[in-house]
Amino acid sequence: MSALRAAVVIFGKELRTEFRTRELLNTTVVFVLMILILFSFTMDPTAEESRRFTSGLLWLAILFAGALMLFPSFTREQANDTLDALRMAPVPAFAIVLGKVLANFAFLTLAEWLMLPVFSVLYDVSLVRVLWQMLLVFALGTLGLAVTGTAFSAVAAHARMREMLLPLMLLPLLTPVLIASVEATAALLAREPQFDLTWVKILLGFDVVFLAATYLVADALVEE
Amino acid sequence: MRLTAALLVALLVAAGAYVIFFVAPTELRQREIQRIFYFHVGSAWTAGVAFFIVFIANIAFLFRRAMKWDRLAVSAAEVGLAFCTVVLITGPIWAKPVWGVAWVWDARLTTTAVLWLLYVSYLLLRSFIADAERRAVASAAFGVFAFLDVPLVYFSIRIWRTQHPSPVIAGGEGSGLDPVMWNVFLFNWVALLGVMALLMWKRYRVETLRHEIEELEVELEWRAGEAQNQAVAVER
Repeated sequence: MSALRAAVVIFGKELRTEFRTRELLNTTVVFVLMILILFSFTMDPTAEESRRFTSGLLWLAILFAGALMLFPSFTREQANDTLDALRMAPVPAFAIVLGKVLANFAFLTLAEWLMLPVFSVLYDVSLVRVLWQMLLVFALGTLGLAVTGTAFSAVAAHARMREMLLPLMLLPLLTPVLIASVEATAALLAREPQFDLTWVKILLGFDVVFLAATYLVADALVEE
Repeated sequence: MRLTAALLVALLVAAGAYVIFFVAPTELRQREIQRIFYFHVGSAWTAGVAFFIVFIANIAFLFRRAMKWDRLAVSAAEVGLAFCTVVLITGPIWAKPVWGVAWVWDARLTTTAVLWLLYVSYLLLRSFIADAERRAVASAAFGVFAFLDVPLVYFSIRIWRTQHPSPVIAGGEGSGLDPVMWNVFLFNWVALLGVMALLMWKRYRVETLRHEIEELEVELEWRAGEAQNQAVAVER
């Protein structure tokens, strides 16, 4: 079985487990929604103010949600020692990690798609005319979050206080994703929407660098 | 040997302080405060060297799986973090009189702050994993990610906003350092590298000894168990 095929199979298995409970999806959507609503108290949520602040708010909410929600991605396997079974499968370690990355990417993206219309209504910003560009920025930013978050979920799996540790490791590392996605989103939400390729390139660079890094250290991430 | 090395480094640091205050010329506009430059930039470069050693040791550990690389990585990370802290403290002391504000969110300042956070996380991660082998593997993987992140952080913030003076050393046209200042700087950098090497060496020793103690404790427990078994056998 090729590595890619194995990754797809593990991706399917992750989806099935998730959709039995929908834990990750439900909590992520509710968490981001809650931040969006609570944040309206700290500013005047008119269209003008929204354009200035909400791209940062939205992305911080997504990154925090990711840092909290991606944590079970490896620890969930500990409960029934299912990671041992995965390890025994004759597939490269990177295929296991990649399958989980793709699954986490899919969950987070789905959560964002559910959230974006609500965000658009609550903060009076129009997404329709820049929808495709917006989806591209969100996909690239979310991929960066999914890659590093999944890798660190494995790194933190055996640590004490791991729930706290994951955000501490992940959030400073995601600084480039935060800056690039916030700036790209803000440019798209402006009165005269602009699609700034510089930020898209930075997001792409981040994704490529950390996918490569994950490939390099995959054995260490999955081993006992 | 260790005492000689320590004395040599102390002498270098003292001589470095002397040349900073009595040999280096006074800067035309900033006056005396500019002398903090030798310490500030020197510490920054030293921290860079230390973090690079962490990265190399992390990679070496992942490929070779020898615990000595893990010990080197943690020693370099702690020393690098100390120098990085010095940079973050001397920076605002210098910036306040010269720029009028102690902190600005510019590329190099912010990158240094993020770098500091990343290596604090590295040490926190280590402190929360009890098993030595697992600790080494997990922190090596995280260390590789952290180091690769630094150029990305730097470039993204640089495009975003920048206020820090463009590099004086090896910068563009019109940049450059007075030759005396340059020599004073290099001398002090060597002194700081000496401090770094000395601290890392000490830290490495401590880590090795800690490892030996852990092994002896395991053996002690095993022997105590053996002795108890024998005592039980004798009673019977």
